[in-house]
Amino acid sequence: MITTMLTATSIAILTTMTLALIRAMLGPTVFDRVLALNMFGTKTVLLICVVDFMSGRDDFLDLALLYSLMNFIGMVALLRFTEHGSFGEETVT
Amino acid sequence: MTLVLDVLSCLFLLVGSIFSITGGIGILRLPEFFSRMHAGGITDTMGAGMIMTGLVLQSGFTLVTFKLVAILFFLGITSPSSCHALAKSALTHGLQPILDHETNTEESSPE
Amino acid sequence: MRIFWREFAPQGLETNLKYSLTLGAALVMNWLCWSGHFESPFLLTLGLLSCLVCLWISSRMKIIDEEGAPIQLGIRPFTRYAPWLIKEIVRSNFEVAGIILSRQMKLQRNMVTVPTRQKTELGRVILANSITLTPGTVAVQVVGSKIRVHALSLEDAAEDLSGEMDARIEQLECGG
Repeated sequence: MITTMLTATSIAILTTMTLALIRAMLGPTVFDRVLALNMFGTKTVLLICVVDFMSGRDDFLDLALLYSLMNFIGMVALLRFTEHGSFGEETVT
Repeated sequence: MTLVLDVLSCLFLLVGSIFSITGGIGILRLPEFFSRMHAGGITDTMGAGMIMTGLVLQSGFTLVTFKLVAILFFLGITSPSSCHALAKSALTHGLQPILDHETNTEESSPE
Repeated sequence: MRIFWREFAPQGLETNLKYSLTLGAALVMNWLCWSGHFESPFLLTLGLLSCLVCLWISSRMKIIDEEGAPIQLGIRPFTRYAPWLIKEIVRSNFEVAGIILSRQMKLQRNMVTVPTRQKTELGRVILANSITLTPGTVAVQVVGSKIRVHALSLEDAAEDLSGEMDARIEQLECGG
C-alpha cells in the first residue's frame, strides 16, 4: 500500500514541477520565472526525499539538504544579480 | 499498530499531494505576479509539510526522522526569506501590484 | 607569532560566551546527527575540528550575538509559538486553496501597512517571516517598524492575524 502511495506522491510532485516549468516558460516578467524556479527547487527536495523512501537508501537525504541549500543561495544570488545587471534583451518589468 | 501508522502516513501523503498540485494550478491560474507568490506559498508550507509528516510517520524514531525534520525546518526558514527577497526586488524594480481595493494608498514606497 | 595571533584571533568569543557555547553545541549536535558516526575516534576528532573552524569563522564575521544564536528565547518558540503558527498556516491554506480551486476566483487583493510593537530586529524578522509563511499574506517591505503586507483576499483578517502574531512574538521575547 505504502509503495503505491509513494509512487502516487512522486507523480503528483512531478506534475507540480511541470506546472511550475510551464509558468517559467510563459512568465511575462523575470520575477515570475524566478518564482517558478524557486518552487521547482523546493519540489526537487521533496522528490529526492520521496525517492529515498522508495529506494530505501538513506544517503539521499543528505543530497536533499544540499539541494535546498543550493536552491536558497542560488535564489539570493540571482536576485542580487537582477538588482545590478540585466538579463540581456529581456526587460525586467 | 503498523497498519494504523501506514494509513495515517498515506493520508498525509495524499493531502500533501493534493495541496502541492493545487499550488501548481494556482501558479498558472492567478493573474499577476504578486498573487502568484501566494500560490508558491501553498506548496512550500502545506505541500512540503504534509509530505514530510507522512514520511516521518513511515520512518519511525531514527536518524532519518531527525534529518527529515531538519530539512523541513530549514525549508520553513528559507522559503519565506526568498519569497520576501523576491517581492522586495520586484517592488524595487517598479513592478506595481494590481489591487482590487485601494487602501492605504498614502503609504508609497520610500525608494 | 604575536602578529599572527592579532590577525587571526577569534574576536568576541569571551564577551559572548553564552552565545558561543550555544552555537558550538548546535554545530556539534548537527554534525553527529547528520554524519551518524558515533564510534570512530578519528572521525569524531575531525568533526570536532570542523565545528571549531566554523565557530572561528563566525567569530571573525561577528555574527555570534543574540541574533546568530538566539538562546535567550529558550525553547519557547517550539513549545508555544510553533503549534499556534502551524494551526494558522493550515487554516489559511484551506482558504487560499478554496480560492484557487473555485470556478471564479474572487480575488480582493490589497496592500495593508501593519504597525509592529517589536523593539528588536530579531522580533521583526520573526514577525515578517511568519506573515510570509502564512499563505494569503506576504510581507513585501519592512520600513522602520512598519510592515507592508500584500494580502490575497482577507481584508480585515490580515490585520487581525498580524496583530495577534505581533502580541505573541512580543510575549516570546519578553518571556511572559
